[in-house]
Amino acid sequence: MLSETLQLTKANKKLSLAFIAVAFISLLIGGLMGLLQTLVRSGTLTLPWGIDYYQILTVHGVILGLVLTTYFIIGFQYALMGKTVGMTVKERKIAWLGFWVMLVGTIMTATTILLGKANVLYTFYAPLKAHPVFYIGLALVIIGSWFACFVNFHQLYRWKKAHKGVKSPLLAFMVVANMILWLIATLGVAATVLVQFIPWSLGYAETINVLVSRTLFWYFGHPLVYFWLLPAYMAWYAIIPKIIGGKIFSDSLARLAFVLFIMFSIPVGFHHQLTEPGIDPTWKFIQVVLTFMVIIPSLLTAFSLFATFEITGRKKGFGGLFGWFKHLPWKDVRFFAPMIGMLAFIPAGTGGIINASHQLNAVVHNTIWVTGHFHLTVATTVILTFFGISYWLIPVLTGRKLTAKINRLGIIQTIIWTVGMFFMSGSMHIAGLLGAPRRSAYSTYSGTEQASDWIGYQIGQAIGGTILFIGILLMVYIFLNLTFFAPKGTEEFPIAEEEKDAEPTPKFLENWKLWIGLTVVLILFAYTIPFMDIIQHSPPGSPPFDWPIGNS
Amino acid sequence: MHLHKYEKIWLLFGIGSLIVFLVVIGVGAFYKGTHPQSHMMTIDPENIEANEAFQPDNLGLTKVDDKQYIVNVAASAFNYDLGKNDDGSLVKKLSIPKGSTVLFQVTSKDVVHGFSLAGTNVNMMVEPGYISSYETILEEPGEYTLLCNEYCGTGHHLMGAIVEVTE
Repeated sequence: MLSETLQLTKANKKLSLAFIAVAFISLLIGGLMGLLQTLVRSGTLTLPWGIDYYQILTVHGVILGLVLTTYFIIGFQYALMGKTVGMTVKERKIAWLGFWVMLVGTIMTATTILLGKANVLYTFYAPLKAHPVFYIGLALVIIGSWFACFVNFHQLYRWKKAHKGVKSPLLAFMVVANMILWLIATLGVAATVLVQFIPWSLGYAETINVLVSRTLFWYFGHPLVYFWLLPAYMAWYAIIPKIIGGKIFSDSLARLAFVLFIMFSIPVGFHHQLTEPGIDPTWKFIQVVLTFMVIIPSLLTAFSLFATFEITGRKKGFGGLFGWFKHLPWKDVRFFAPMIGMLAFIPAGTGGIINASHQLNAVVHNTIWVTGHFHLTVATTVILTFFGISYWLIPVLTGRKLTAKINRLGIIQTIIWTVGMFFMSGSMHIAGLLGAPRRSAYSTYSGTEQASDWIGYQIGQAIGGTILFIGILLMVYIFLNLTFFAPKGTEEFPIAEEEKDAEPTPKFLENWKLWIGLTVVLILFAYTIPFMDIIQHSPPGSPPFDWPIGNS
Repeated sequence: MHLHKYEKIWLLFGIGSLIVFLVVIGVGAFYKGTHPQSHMMTIDPENIEANEAFQPDNLGLTKVDDKQYIVNVAASAFNYDLGKNDDGSLVKKLSIPKGSTVLFQVTSKDVVHGFSLAGTNVNMMVEPGYISSYETILEEPGEYTLLCNEYCGTGHHLMGAIVEVTE
C-alpha cells in the first residue's frame, strides 16, 4: 500500500511550502528573541528603546511554541497526506482558507505584543489582562488550525471510501491521529479564550474564574507538546527507515503507539498544576498515574527505532555487537539531525518523568530547570527532527536538490545545535536545581549569595544561546538555499515500506470510534469530579489587571 | 498483534520501572502524607483581611511556640507583604532559628504569583482566591532567597525577600 505513493502536485507543494516558510521566518524572529533573553539574564545587556524583557519573552514563546510548531507541522502533514492519500482541489481550497485565518490571527496577536499591550507570555495566565485583540488573534490561530484537522480527516475518509477494506497508509493514519489529538486538546484552550478571556477583556464580563482558566489551559498544554512530538515520531517510524535503507519495524506497533498517545496525552494536565492550591491532591495523583502511562508509547518507539537500526545494519552485513550502529549513515544529514534529536530524548524524557513526579515537582516547579527540560524536548528532539525533515522536504517542494555542500552544512548545523544546547540546557538544569526561577529578567534578589551563584549559570546560558543563534542563522541560510538557490532536480520523498512477509496489522487499530470513545471516557474520568469541585468551591472571580504588564 | 520477544522484555522492564516509581510516589503521598501543597482553602482576594491570618498585624513572622513559627504573606505585584518592623519600616528579611517548624501561609491580592524559598521544598503557586500553605522544618542554617517564580508583570524579577536560618 505504501508503495503506491502519489506525486505531489505543484499546487500541493505550494501549500506546504507556504506553511513551512512561515515556520522558518518564525524561527529567525523567535530565535533572535531567545538570544536577547539569555544576554539580558547574563547581566551583560540592557534592552534598548524601552523594550521590556517580558515583551521579548512573550514573542519568543508565542512565535516558537505556537506559531513555528503549528505551521511546520501542518505544512509537513499536508505533504504527507498529499503523498499518501492525495488532495482534491476542494480540500486544498479549504486548506488555504485555514492558512489565511491562521495568518491573520498570528499578525493580530503579534501586533499587540509588539505594541507592548500583551506582555503576558504565551501562557497568558489570568487575571493579567492583555489587549482583547491578543486573545482574538490566538482564537483565530486555533480555529484556522481546525481547518487543517477537517481537511486531513476528509482526505483519509475519501481514500478509505475508494479503497474499501484496505489498510490506510501508515503516515496518513499518523497524521489523522495527531489531528484528532489536536482537535480534542484545543477545545480546552478555545473554550477558555472564547468563553472566558475575550468577553472579560472586552469588559462584558466583570470577573474571570482564574483556576478554571488555568485548568482549561493545561488540559490543552500537555497534549500540545505531544502534538509537537508526534510529527517527529512520524519521521522516525516511517521515513528514517527508508533513509537508512531499511524497512518499517512493525506497522502495528507504530499505530498502537499513536493510539496510546491520543488516549493518554490529554487527561494529564494536572501535572502542570501540581503546586496549585485549589486542586484536590488525590486527583493530582490520579493524573500523575495517567501521565506515566503516556511514557509507554515512547518506550515502544525507542525499541522499534533501535530494532530498525540493528536489523538494517545486520542485513547489510555489519556484524559485531555495535557494528550496525557504527555504520549508520552518520554523514547523511537527513538521518544525522533526527538521530541526535532521538538521543536527546533520553535525558529529555527522564527529566519529564521527574517533573511529573507529584511531590518531586516542588523541587523544580517554575525553576529554570523546566525551561532546560523543554529546550531538550521541543527545541532539540522535535526541532532537530523538523530540520532533518526540511533537508529533503523543502527540495521536494521546490523541485531542487540537496547538494553535498548543504548536506555538510547541515551536519555542522546539527553539531552547533548540540553544543549550544548542551551549554544552554545544561546550565538551565543545574541552575534550576539550585532554585533559579524561570521567566524572570536579570535580578540579584537584594544581593543574596544564592542569586549570585545563579548568574554564573546564566552566563553559561548566554554562551549556549549565542551558539544556538549561530545555528539558527545557518539553518535559515540552508532554508533560503533549498528554496531559491539549490540546483534544480528531483529529490526523493522517503517513505519506508513494510517487510514483504510482515505480520498483518490488526483491523481494530483503525477503529477510530473506539479510540476516540476511550479517550473521551479517560478525559471524563480524570477531569469531571475535580472540575466540578473547582467550580463549586470557587472563590470570588478576578477583575482584569492590566497595569502589572504595562498595558493600562 | 505480534510482539518480538526482546520487545516484551523491554516493555516489561520499562513498565515495571514505571510501576515502581508510582508506588514510591504513592507511598510518599498517601502513607507518609507528602502531597504537593493543596488545601483548597478559599479567600476573597479583595478582602483578605477577613481572614485572621492576613490582617496587617498578623503578617510576617509569628512565634507560636518553641521552634514553632507561622509566616503569613500577602503577595501583590511586585511585593511580599511581611508586615512592619517595630520602627514602622517594611520587613524584608526574616530570621528563624534552625530546626524550627515553619508554616508558610500565602495569598494574593491581585494576580497569580509564585512563592519559592530557593534551596528548600517550599515552592507554591499563589493564586487570587486561594490560600497556599506548606509546613516545613528549616534544618540548614544560611541565607535563603524568597522569590516570586511565576510571572506577575514587568516587575516580577524584583519581587523577593530574604529568609535567614540562624544557628
